[in-house]
Amino acid sequence: MIVSVASGKGGTGKTTVAASLASVWPRPAAAVDLDVEEPNLDLFLDPRIASTQRAYIEVPVPDPAGCTLCGSCVELCQFKAISRMGPSILVFPEMCHGCGGCIGICPENALTPGKRELGTVAEGMAGDIRFLSGRLRVGEAMSPPLMREVLKRLFALLGRGPTDAIIDAPPGVSCPAVNAVMESDVILLVAEPTPFGFHDFVLAVEAFAPFKKTMGVVINRAGLGDGSIHEYCRDVGLPILAEIPFDRSIAEAYSRGRVVASLDERLRGVFSELAAKLLALSGEDAHA
Amino acid sequence: MREIVVISGKGGTGKTSLTAAFAHLAKNKILCDLDVDAPDLHILLAPRHLRSEAFVSGHEARIDPARCTRCGICASVCRFGAITSRGGVFTVDPVRCEGCKVCVAWCPEKAVAFPAKTCGEWHVSATRFGTLIHARLSPGEENSGRLVALLRREARSQATSQNKEMILCDGSPGIGCPVISSLTGASLAVAVTEPTPSGVHDFVRVAELCAHFRLPMAVIVNKHDLNPDQTKSIEDYCRDKGHTLAGHIPFHPDVTTAMLDRKAVTETPSPLGRTIRAIWKNVERAAGLAAAPSPNELQGA
Repeated sequence: MIVSVASGKGGTGKTTVAASLASVWPRPAAAVDLDVEEPNLDLFLDPRIASTQRAYIEVPVPDPAGCTLCGSCVELCQFKAISRMGPSILVFPEMCHGCGGCIGICPENALTPGKRELGTVAEGMAGDIRFLSGRLRVGEAMSPPLMREVLKRLFALLGRGPTDAIIDAPPGVSCPAVNAVMESDVILLVAEPTPFGFHDFVLAVEAFAPFKKTMGVVINRAGLGDGSIHEYCRDVGLPILAEIPFDRSIAEAYSRGRVVASLDERLRGVFSELAAKLLALSGEDAHA
Repeated sequence: MREIVVISGKGGTGKTSLTAAFAHLAKNKILCDLDVDAPDLHILLAPRHLRSEAFVSGHEARIDPARCTRCGICASVCRFGAITSRGGVFTVDPVRCEGCKVCVAWCPEKAVAFPAKTCGEWHVSATRFGTLIHARLSPGEENSGRLVALLRREARSQATSQNKEMILCDGSPGIGCPVISSLTGASLAVAVTEPTPSGVHDFVRVAELCAHFRLPMAVIVNKHDLNPDQTKSIEDYCRDKGHTLAGHIPFHPDVTTAMLDRKAVTETPSPLGRTIRAIWKNVERAAGLAAAPSPNELQGA
């Protein structure tokens, strides 16, 4: 099964939960960092990286000699990535979504495929957990194409044998977050019981509900703020699968790069129980 | 006119709580919430909408089943896997469709419509701290960068017509599309970070992004006492790279208490108010909005 750890608001504890879950997961697992803008899972799982590869998106390269300035490419492009300036065609590669339309439509074959670097994809092992991560190049605006590259590697890995995957998703509810949760069997929302946390949690529930995936909730920093998330979950029938208490010593341990599930027996128990509940929710049990 | 954008890289470091406090302290400004994906500033500012408009951006492909001859060309040219057939009926998945128009151009039957898409809503509002420009992107949408650009244009025109010298913006986490759109052409980035491995790592990435755009940056270390060693390494990094150190704030429950009361921290009796006032002075100076400090003030900082 694939579980994605998501949240509307940033900084609610997605990476804490993903790293802890991976560390107690009872079956073979892959930990996948899809928060490619700010990947942090490696800081806590400390994987040994076996390979790091650059990932690219196709962008057009104009051939001024072949171009007749017919303008078909300019007319088709929806992203303002090609324009005609006087006697030449200009390409703005950073605007390109890689749809391939301009290259295909050019009657003179005067556009050829080139590439723009999106970032890197790393693969390795953290103990006996498989590790996969994407890292967006600083200055690159589009994260979904790189996320698709990471997911491709994940599906290749899942095809090689029975493995579960725990995805650390980016925050928010727009295209990057949706790209991350779309491929999962279970969405685990990490929420913080503060007014900002509650507001963004509701946004996330509403954004992900149309996918009709199984959803569960972890309340992080429980005891802080108020009871609005509990009430909301009760009203809409969302199960709260775990609560991590608000505790300065947890925040300090996190600031030293510690995996929260490794701090003491009680916290380890919270995450072991969470893993078992997730497997049960997905219709699989820990010993399947 | 000066445009100040509060960012962080990592989410949850305190951007919005601090922006609300700055909104309380700043004079003569327009406010703007550029975190269009998960906006929270309105929770503390209780805006009254004066004007609301739909955000229409990009297009979406839709196949007309009556005209479709099921040739499958559209599905074969789509690079985003957005077109699939079930029982011979081809449909577009709106979540995967990027609106590139390739299927529209290649369909031999002209069976793919391409209507403009409403991706959200934006508002000009009145708040107790002045005019707020804010928006809400519909769930799952792209084009957040275009919405950010639209809000910034509107904020600039409001600032001009109301004769304001500053635009104060709450930014989004990350370093991608909306953040890049928030930073291009701004006057100053204010980075709020925390002394944790993720906080530091993500802060360095936004610092690199600001350097990429040659944008000056002022830095605030929130929850600095959680890990004094990490705080020191952030401050050393800033000195080394020439970023302004605007100040640091302790890990303190008053931030949440103020949020529960729907107030900016500086509107409460919290001792954090004094710290944040001093930080705001440093931010104003870094943005070129205030005179340089006297030697006495520098010693006290």
